[in-house]
Order: sequence, then structure tokens, then C-alpha cells
Amino acid sequence: MSALQRSLSRIPWAYVIRRLLFAIPTLLVIIAVAFFMMRLAPGGPFDGERKLNAATEAAIAAKFGMDQPLWKQFVDYVLGVLQGDFGPSMKTLGKSVNDLIADGLPVSLAIGSLAMLVALIVGTGLGIFAGLRQNTTGDYTVMGFAMAGISIPTFVTGPLLILAFALGAGWFAVGGLGEYPNIGMTFNNMTLPVLTLALPQIAIISRLMRASTIETMRSPHVRTARAKGLPERTVIMRHVLPSAILPLVSYAGPAMARVMTGSLVIERIFGLPGMGSYFVDGAINRDYTLVMGALIIYATLIVLFNLIADILYALLDPKVKYD
Amino acid sequence: MVDTLDMTGRKDPVEQALAGGRSLWDDAKRRLFNNKAAVISMWVLGVMIFLAAFGPFLWVHDYSQISAQTELAPTFDNWHLLGTDEQGRDLVARNLLGLRISLAVGMVATLVSLVIGVTWGAIAGYVGGRTDNLMMRFVDVLYAMPFIFFVILLLTVFGRNIILIFAAIGAVEWLTMSRIVRGQTLAIKGKEFIEAARAAGVSGPAIIRRHILPNVVGPVAVYVTLTIPVVIMAESFLSFLGLGVNEPLTSLGVLISNGAKEMQDKPWLLMAPAILMAVTLLCLNFIGDGLRDALDPKER
Repeated sequence: MSALQRSLSRIPWAYVIRRLLFAIPTLLVIIAVAFFMMRLAPGGPFDGERKLNAATEAAIAAKFGMDQPLWKQFVDYVLGVLQGDFGPSMKTLGKSVNDLIADGLPVSLAIGSLAMLVALIVGTGLGIFAGLRQNTTGDYTVMGFAMAGISIPTFVTGPLLILAFALGAGWFAVGGLGEYPNIGMTFNNMTLPVLTLALPQIAIISRLMRASTIETMRSPHVRTARAKGLPERTVIMRHVLPSAILPLVSYAGPAMARVMTGSLVIERIFGLPGMGSYFVDGAINRDYTLVMGALIIYATLIVLFNLIADILYALLDPKVKYD
Repeated sequence: MVDTLDMTGRKDPVEQALAGGRSLWDDAKRRLFNNKAAVISMWVLGVMIFLAAFGPFLWVHDYSQISAQTELAPTFDNWHLLGTDEQGRDLVARNLLGLRISLAVGMVATLVSLVIGVTWGAIAGYVGGRTDNLMMRFVDVLYAMPFIFFVILLLTVFGRNIILIFAAIGAVEWLTMSRIVRGQTLAIKGKEFIEAARAAGVSGPAIIRRHILPNVVGPVAVYVTLTIPVVIMAESFLSFLGLGVNEPLTSLGVLISNGAKEMQDKPWLLMAPAILMAVTLLCLNFIGDGLRDALDPKER
């Protein structure tokens, strides 16, 4: 058996399937709550400054299916979503919610996954560094920075970083994506948003890693490895690291959720046209279909990431039980 | 050695004083007060709470007083020590008010989450069985929801409203609290003193109130201290997105958001609320960490 086959055979399929089945009602509840909350609320997307005449109002309502009874609207909507159709945007004329999500999602995903990658690498490194030097100056320095990273919100660090590195030093762009003709996500545009989004996660991950490194260093299997006379380097790389990294895996799911929420603010600070800006603008403008679409995508991603993190955890830790 | 235990399972204080022993709490207190970062944070936070509570009354300017001197840089002239905003309102007054609202949101929302979470967790853990299963599955489902998105929906649907912000944030944060309390309750439930209380005919609610809750205080206190900064941050996050408290009220998040828009020309609009926010959150986190290390010293 190859290594890949061995890993695959260790995936608890029954558990995965049960979790997937659990995810479906969760998503349905999310859709239902959001749908009815927005429809029952006073005021609608077409309440403008001027009162529209009755005929126009009816025509608009008919176009978006809002003349139907509420339950029918809901069923139609869910059926549409199941076929991957989120309907037309109520505020952006001539664009469907699918178009807007197709525009925004890649930007958000790019920032989010890059930030996660940076946070994992830097956070793990710093955490192990501090954990191996418990209660020394190096440890205190790293943990001091980590505390600052946790305490200072992104909407403070973002503007400060812009002030220092974009406006001050002029190294990076103040915001937005690349400009014509090089439209796209360039190093110049992405560095500051990714760094801002990654900072709190670097802080949390390094604290987690420090605690878990310290705990692992005291565990019997590490003592045994030392007693065998293995060089310290081997002890750390082969025996401490693999078990110290486990708590990180179970944090990966919640971390992705936090990064996605964080990107609502990051996209606003740096003027990036991602899902987050569409969601916030949609909520403020009462663009029902857009908000629902974005919410469903976010919820699906969060449920998915939690699932992946759990499966990964089951794969890495032979002691875990699945229920 | 035989310890005399009273009905609550604690050592008799008189007996203990005579024996000259140190309780868990004495040890914890000593460790907490030896933690320099935590002690300094408590002093700083105390000053901030005093400023937030009384500052707006004591300061020479009113937070909503509009004047013709708009967007002044910090000056001793007329005591505008932090300058004025785009409507000529004094920024010291506005920062003090912002601090007050942010701290108030943090405390009230945490209190909401404390009450719901402790009640829910203690009942689930104490009753156990199918009730426990059902109650905790409910928590699991809610855990999977992207809550901040729902809060944003709520605020846009029902309008911006400070009470709603309190309630919404509090209602989100109780989940972890209920898990912690349930876990502790399960651990304590099997102890002999609970059995003794039950044998003595004490009712279920009374056992929870008198015997279980006092024993979950430690972990709950730590979690409460660490929840306040999370809540303050969540409120500011909403304020930053333009969904926070209404004018003329303000919070640190609103002030930071306004300041960030003009940071290039008028950085002082951003600096003061940003520093206040960072210092408040740092203090709360240091105190929370200190408490945790004091009560559960294994990581030190």
C-alpha cells in the first residue's frame, strides 16, 4: 500500500458522511432564518425617496417574484440555490447575484488563503521558538508581540500600516487592485491587506503553539526520546513537532471563519472589490438576494472548512474517536 | 488528616485559619498579584474605567457641542487637547464618551452571555442524559453559524440600535460559556458533597445554585475577562462597517473609522481612539491571562 492509500483508508468515511448530512439541515436553517428575517422586516429594497406608483410597484414585485405568497418565494428560492442560481441582484441593475459573487469570491479567497498561509508558517515558527525558550527574553518578546496582535484590531493595524508603509515609505499601494493595464492582484496591492488580515492569526497561532510545545516537551514520549540519547534536534523535529502541531489543526476551522469575517473589514479599508464589500453594501442597501447569496456562500465555506479540519485531525491523531 | 467539611464542601474557615493553611484562592491571589503585567493592567484599566464613568461630566467640553472650529489640530487653545472633529466637537469629550460606550457594551454584552451561558451549561450538565444531549446539540448547531453575518443582517433589518447590539453580541458569545460550565458541572456532579446534599433532600435548582455554581467560578471568571475584549472588538467592528451606535453618541470603533478616512492629512483623528482601544484591550487580555495562569498554573 502506498502512503496515500494508507491515509485514505484511515479516513472515517461513516463519520464524514454523517457530518455532511448534519451540514445540510444547518445550511437550510441558515437560509430560512436569513430569508424570513429579511422579508418580514419593515421597509423593502424598492422604498426610494419618491413613492412609486402602484403599477410600477406591482411590476417590480412581479419581476422578483415578490407578489407570490411568502412560502412559495422561499421554496422557489431554495430550489434555485440548489441549482446554483442565486437570482438577480435587486440593486445592481442587469447583474445576477451569481455574477457579483463570481467577481468578488476570487478576491476574498485569494486574500484569505494567503493570509492563512502566512499566519500558519509565521505563527507556528514563532510559537515553537517561544515554547522552546520558555520564560526567557526571547519568549517574552514573542509573547508580547502576540498579545499586541490579539489586542489590536485589524481596523487599527490596517490604517496604521497604510500610514507607515504606503503613504510614508511608499513601498506598497494604498489600496485597490492593480491599475490598468495590469489589472490583477499584484504583490504591490496584496502585501498590506494580507499582512493585516494575518496579524491576529499569527498572534493566536503562536500562543497556541507555544503552550502546546511546552506541554509536549514535558510528555513521557519526549523524555523517552531524550533517554535514548537522540540529539536534541531530532527530538524536536521528530517527536515534539508532530504532536505539538495537533491543537493547531483543530483551530484551523475556526481560524478560517475568523479570517473570512476579518476580510469584511480588510476589503473596506483597502478598497478591494471582494465578497465582503458586496455583503456589507448589500446589507446596507437591502439588496435581499445579494445578501442571501453572500451569506449562503460564507456559511457553506465555514461548514466546509470545519469539516476538513475535523477530518484532518482524525487523520493525524490516531487516538481521536469519531462521534 | 481528616478535614471538616461543611455542607458546601468547602473547608470550615475557622478550622482553616487555625491550621494556617492556604486555600486555592489564596494561592491564586498571590500568583495573580505577582504577575506584573496583570497588576499594571488592573491599575491602568481602573483609571480608564474612572475616566469613562466620570470623564464626560468633568471635562470642560460637551461631546455633542458643535462649534465653528472644525477639524482643529490638537491645541491648548480653548482646551481642545485632541483637536476637534468635522463638526467642531471636542475630541477629548468624544473619546471619553467613546471609551464609555465601548466599555459599557463590553460589560453588558458579556453579562448577557454570562447569564445565558451559565444557566444553560449548568442545567445541561446537572440534568444530563437526553436533555443534556439535546441542549448541547443545539449549541453545536449554533456554533456552525456565521454569527457576525447574522448580526449584520439584524442591524440592517431592524435598524441600528444600541440595545440590539448589546443583545446580539451577548447572544452570540454565550455558546463557549455554556460549554465550559457544562464541562465543569459534569466533573463536579459526581463528587461526594453533591451526593450528600442530594441525600439531605436539597432540591435540584438549589444544588445548582449553592453547590455547583460556586465551584465553576474560576474558569468562568477567566472566560468573562477574556470575553469583554472580544465583545468590545465586535462592537467596534460593526461600528467600523457603519453599523454601530447612532450620532451624536459614539464609540471607539466609530472614532477610529472616521479617523481612518482622513489619516493622511489629520492623523490625530485616528491616533487617540486607536491608542485608547489598543490599551483597553491589552489590559483586559493581560488580566485575563494573569487570572488563568493564577488559577491553573500548569503552563507556567
